[in-house]
Amino acid sequence: MTIRIAVPEKARAGEILEIKALIRHQMETGFRRDAYGRTIPRDILKEFECLYNGTRVFHAELFPAVAANPFLTFYTRATESGTLVFRWTHESGQVSTHSANIEVL
Amino acid sequence: MRFFVALLLWAPLAGAELKSFKKAGDLAPGEVKSGSDFLTRETREFQADEFANPGYLWVQEGRAAFFRAAPGTPACSSCHTVESMSGLAARYPRFDPQLKRLINLSGKIAFGHDQKRAPPLHEESAELLALTAFITSLSRGRPYAVQTDGPAARYFRQGRKHFFRRRGQLNLACSQCHDNNWGRLLRGDTISQGHITAWPGYRFEWQTFGSLHRRFQDCDTGIRAEPYALGSEEYTSLELYLAWRAADLPIESPGVRR
Repeated sequence: MTIRIAVPEKARAGEILEIKALIRHQMETGFRRDAYGRTIPRDILKEFECLYNGTRVFHAELFPAVAANPFLTFYTRATESGTLVFRWTHESGQVSTHSANIEVL
Repeated sequence: MRFFVALLLWAPLAGAELKSFKKAGDLAPGEVKSGSDFLTRETREFQADEFANPGYLWVQEGRAAFFRAAPGTPACSSCHTVESMSGLAARYPRFDPQLKRLINLSGKIAFGHDQKRAPPLHEESAELLALTAFITSLSRGRPYAVQTDGPAARYFRQGRKHFFRRRGQLNLACSQCHDNNWGRLLRGDTISQGHITAWPGYRFEWQTFGSLHRRFQDCDTGIRAEPYALGSEEYTSLELYLAWRAADLPIESPGVRR
């Protein structure tokens, strides 16, 4: 899974951070059929969460109506230096993760 | 008589003559508009935002693939530098002296890849799309500068002929929409001038990234004509004509289209 994350490298304490996360995924709805009329099985990302030094700061449930390659933008407040971990949970239970470091001055 | 007129038109196939010919027959130089100009403001902004534009997922994958060596086989980067790839896409399609035929950028990448590495790269495969996306992105902002004379002249003529030839059950030529009726509505959509500068690109209808030839196949399906194969001589020749036709515009790939 190709993942793109935008997190500021440095921030002042208390500052509001804009965080962007984009992942490549086809978000197959389960409603489409192939050329032979067979249903293409549903294969979507079900959940997304962002952990800031282990604390969940953002969480989203995703559904079949979400477009392919989901792109999420959200905000959190800079508290301390550390790591942001991004986790996407697939239909199958498999998890894709990515992390980014932030320095809070 | 017609034979002589044709000779007069096509005998001097130098770039300058072609430019003046463009003024006479095709789009006037002042009215050339990119496909972006026919999109909504939101879609234009989506393309311009280098983070939100999903095409960059493929560019990123292509960059990784460019530097990735498989066991026992070299990476693209062991023969080519990124610098040498810059501006390359603007010169394709071109006549390849080694293969002795017209070839587009994807075709050239696949050829280079298959000589050193296995399994071969197929048209529209994930890796070939990603590599094409990456290398085309290195020509972003430059105009197409393709060779239309010499050994490429035959293909250029073929491509131009294709553009003006009526095809399919709807009996439509490319030019009837994209030269004569651009800017007008076709059902809910505004007809563009059919420039290729966004490709390879991300298309909402596909919910994925795809090649120019895949886009051509959709045009053909739309006019109920039998689509040609990806990478076929017909489509590559058309690509050459369209690259020349778009020479006043910067390359936008990875573009975002409806």
